[in-house]
Amino acid sequence: MTLIDLANPTRFLALTARVLPWLAAATIILLAIGLYQAAYAPDDYQQGATVKIMFIHVPNAWLSMFVWGVMSIASLGTLVWRHPLADVAAKAAAPIGAAFTFLALLTGSLWGRPMWGTYWEWDARLTSVLILFLMYLGLMALWRAVDDPSRAARAAAVLTLVGAINLPIIKFSVDWWNTLHQPASVMRMGGSALDKSFLIPLLVMAIAFTLLFLTLHLAAMRNEILRRRVRSLQMMQASRIAFPKEMAAGSRDDSASKEAGAA
Amino acid sequence: MTALAALIRRDIRIALRVGGGALIGVLFFLTVVVLMPFAVGPDLALLSRLGPAILWLGALLASLLTLDRLFMADHEDGSLDLITMSRTPLELACAAKALAHWLAAGLPLIVATPVLGLLLNLDMIATAAVALTLLAGTPALTFTGMIGAALAVTLHRGGLLMAVLVLPLSIPVLIFGVAASQAVIVGPMTFGAPFSILCALSLVSLVIGPFAAAASLRHGLD
Repeated sequence: MTLIDLANPTRFLALTARVLPWLAAATIILLAIGLYQAAYAPDDYQQGATVKIMFIHVPNAWLSMFVWGVMSIASLGTLVWRHPLADVAAKAAAPIGAAFTFLALLTGSLWGRPMWGTYWEWDARLTSVLILFLMYLGLMALWRAVDDPSRAARAAAVLTLVGAINLPIIKFSVDWWNTLHQPASVMRMGGSALDKSFLIPLLVMAIAFTLLFLTLHLAAMRNEILRRRVRSLQMMQASRIAFPKEMAAGSRDDSASKEAGAA
Repeated sequence: MTALAALIRRDIRIALRVGGGALIGVLFFLTVVVLMPFAVGPDLALLSRLGPAILWLGALLASLLTLDRLFMADHEDGSLDLITMSRTPLELACAAKALAHWLAAGLPLIVATPVLGLLLNLDMIATAAVALTLLAGTPALTFTGMIGAALAVTLHRGGLLMAVLVLPLSIPVLIFGVAASQAVIVGPMTFGAPFSILCALSLVSLVIGPFAAAASLRHGLD
């Protein structure tokens, strides 16, 4: 089973129908374990109980960048390999990524209020994540503005790849501009700065959120494929109503197979 | 080379003649800057503090609004198809078009800056700093905006969608442009650091813009 085999939407639908329940179950179990561990993690000696926001905030922030990375790879799939499902993957990922980014910003600002004394600060990390959020919204607007999916796909792919420049800027913003947001402490040279009692729940939550993204992404891709099928069926129906004679004259099978192939 | 020079000369001529619309950008810049004192009040001290930010915002919006004609007019009269099919690499042709657009629409903004600086109560050094940062930063605006212009022409949608797509990409330019000019006026940072980053942003967009625009034209035109 390679990536090319999945180019057939029907095969993809069949495979994901089998995989999705397992993925969903794994997500729920890991989320439950992670939330339990996070709830029973010790309070921080400085931050008190508010440190528990970290277990939601950090996975969301990681995922907000991870999703754009997935979309960039899918965009390469659209532009370079012309994989038929690549643009479906890119389109389905955008709203999920926007949601993760929004949650990262929201939890971060809720955490910032007791810790920094402000909900929002024009700090380099916060600003670059806000730009990421705006670019997600722009991409979604682009998908909505164009009715032909393949034309929108290529435009969105170019824009996604250009926007990928923002990812390293977000990652290293805390090192380049030494401002309010703390520098990386989980993954860094010389081992993690976090204590084990915080690190393990955090990693469990990160894996759980990644699985959550995979589940939502595959489900959204299925929906998108089905939506495109409905659209082409509706267009066939409309053309049958508009040109009943031509359709009856024998070109029906031909155009029907073309439309189904496009879907 | 001669083909690119001819393309640049042609684009500048079209932009400066009747129907070109390059100088409308300057007029828009002037109008935006004149609007600001009405919004924040005619307090000269406040205006001189906000001056660089106002000038940068005006220049950003003016260069954005003139951009959607970059490929649209050529698409309408068919010359864009000739450019994409010609033997000159499309990336170079895009870069030449953006350069011509910057010469016709971006440079006048910088020339107009000293006059507008007077209106905003900026002294000579501050005006010079803003003009210098605009000189270094507006190419970045043009070359990243070109990506949006190419998307707009392939999608047959311009206007607001393009602004939504391009404006987030221009935020870093705005940040460092204003930071460099503020550094001259109030300190405490040095002028050099943000100015070098601004130049770097321009150089990076000089490389990325033509490739992205050419890719979207190549994949999007039919």
